[in-house]
Amino acid sequence: MLFLSIALMYACSKNEDEVTPEEKKITFSVPANFPTPVYNFEDNKLSNAGFALGKKLFYEARLSADKSVSCGSCHQQFAAFTQLDHKVSHGVNNCQGKRNTPPLFNLAWQKAFFWDGGVKNIETSPLNAITDACEMGTDIQTIVAFLKNTAPYPDLFKQAFGSTEINSQLILKSISQFTAVLVSGNSKYDKVMRKESGVSFTSAELAGYNLFKEKCTSCHAEPFFTDFSYRSNGLDLVSTDEGRSHITGVASDFGKFRVPTLRNIEYTSPYMHDGRFYSLDEVLEHYNSGVKASANLDVQLKNGILLNTTEKEQIKAFLKTLTDNEFIKNTLYSES
Amino acid sequence: MKLSQYFLALLCPIILLSSCKKSTDEVAADTKSTFSIEFENQVNGSPLVLNTTTYKNAKGEDFKINVFKYYVSNIKLSKADGTTYLIPESYFLIDASKAELTNITLKDVPTGNYTKIEYTIGVDYARNFAGAQTGALDPINGMFWTWNSGYIFVKLEGTSPQSLAPGNTLTFHIGGVTDPNNTIRTFATEINAANPLRIRTDGKPNMHFIVNAAALFTGKTDVSFATLNMTMGGANSVIVANNYANGLFRLDHIHN
Repeated sequence: MLFLSIALMYACSKNEDEVTPEEKKITFSVPANFPTPVYNFEDNKLSNAGFALGKKLFYEARLSADKSVSCGSCHQQFAAFTQLDHKVSHGVNNCQGKRNTPPLFNLAWQKAFFWDGGVKNIETSPLNAITDACEMGTDIQTIVAFLKNTAPYPDLFKQAFGSTEINSQLILKSISQFTAVLVSGNSKYDKVMRKESGVSFTSAELAGYNLFKEKCTSCHAEPFFTDFSYRSNGLDLVSTDEGRSHITGVASDFGKFRVPTLRNIEYTSPYMHDGRFYSLDEVLEHYNSGVKASANLDVQLKNGILLNTTEKEQIKAFLKTLTDNEFIKNTLYSES
Repeated sequence: MKLSQYFLALLCPIILLSSCKKSTDEVAADTKSTFSIEFENQVNGSPLVLNTTTYKNAKGEDFKINVFKYYVSNIKLSKADGTTYLIPESYFLIDASKAELTNITLKDVPTGNYTKIEYTIGVDYARNFAGAQTGALDPINGMFWTWNSGYIFVKLEGTSPQSLAPGNTLTFHIGGVTDPNNTIRTFATEINAANPLRIRTDGKPNMHFIVNAAALFTGKTDVSFATLNMTMGGANSVIVANNYANGLFRLDHIHN
């Protein structure tokens, strides 16, 4: 594993910060099998205090309209930061959202966010959830006012940014110090790819990987298991959710959604933009026999993806090698 | 030897230029100063009064305005010799409900005589997709779309009896930077060479612009509130942006 210069930068500033000797240094680490990230903390210097503040804000339910929902309510670590067993996100006042909560990891490599790619920068992403009437149902003014008047936030902002000043920019930058650090790159798959000693695929996993490369990678491209494009996979003849065209206004984008990552898929059920499938069996059967001829159906799915029972089991075995337990159980990311 | 020749060659036009300027008035080299711009919000020549006054659009339909806010950014000044100066980090939000926001001050501008001013009505492409911003671009100002990131460049809200929207409302949120619905527009105006913008260490001129809110609804396409009373980006926002691109701002005068 390769540590970015962030770690170095941090080391330089170490003597200015009050870091207790036993405290683990927060670093943004790029796995050796990953490309260069899009977000590089250039304008948002990563620090332990900034990360700690971001994490506290992430888990702060008092930021929402009825003080019941935090970012962490719908982005649960044990579900790779999506919401277990919820078809769609469950926001304030028991409001049910429109789409399935996306998992949060490897966001520093993403150029657009949400199922429709409407948000273009990781730093401004939380604003969408903050203001959505069915998510946190509030606004940034209210949050700034709350934080200014609530201990220990002014002190935490001072530790993170050197001033008790609290504004939307600093709130968003600190949350990004938490969310951008969420890197999942220690699955069995990653270790096999990095040729780490003692790690190898079973014969079923390997057969699944070969099938996957043959049938799935044109959309679920390695190493993120998405090519970040917007496509229709023929869930419905006519989608009830306009998807990408809501952002672009272009008819050929109707019913298209961002290809989701498959990393940690073992824990991110239910699946699809509306959470309609609870099991991987249902997902694979959709591709095998359920693809509908929707208007903007991806050409590669015209005839579905034929899979027999053995092939499905092999692909499932491979998909489970994408589970990163070190990430899911890393207490650094847990609510403290 | 060679160097000094170059030096002379360089010096000649400078001497010439400065001798020309000398006849008008003295500008010390490399000094910086300040000027201000006042945006006087109007509707077809009448002062803009929020909430109460009734105006007419080009179609003769009555309307009132409750909110009128817009961004002016990337202010660029040009001299008669063609040299330009882009004022760094020039992002301003003008809000008709806040008198203190209709007069903006631009500091650290090189002194000189400027004969042209141009600026973006809205916010440049890059900042629409940049990370968390502050100041005029702070999302707290209510000019940032959270679900489809980017800034609202011009926001006009009000009412019209002709509007078929609930409550007869008018909602014009103009923004969007990607084709085919790019609404970034640049406004440029020449300044009368006889009375240029004279920025001096001892002179801080004020430019006075008239801003006609009704320009959103006329120009290339006259808007009827019966058919268009709400837009938040998209093709209808382009219609409005094409209208105000030329008619929104007019340089009225300069106090030097």
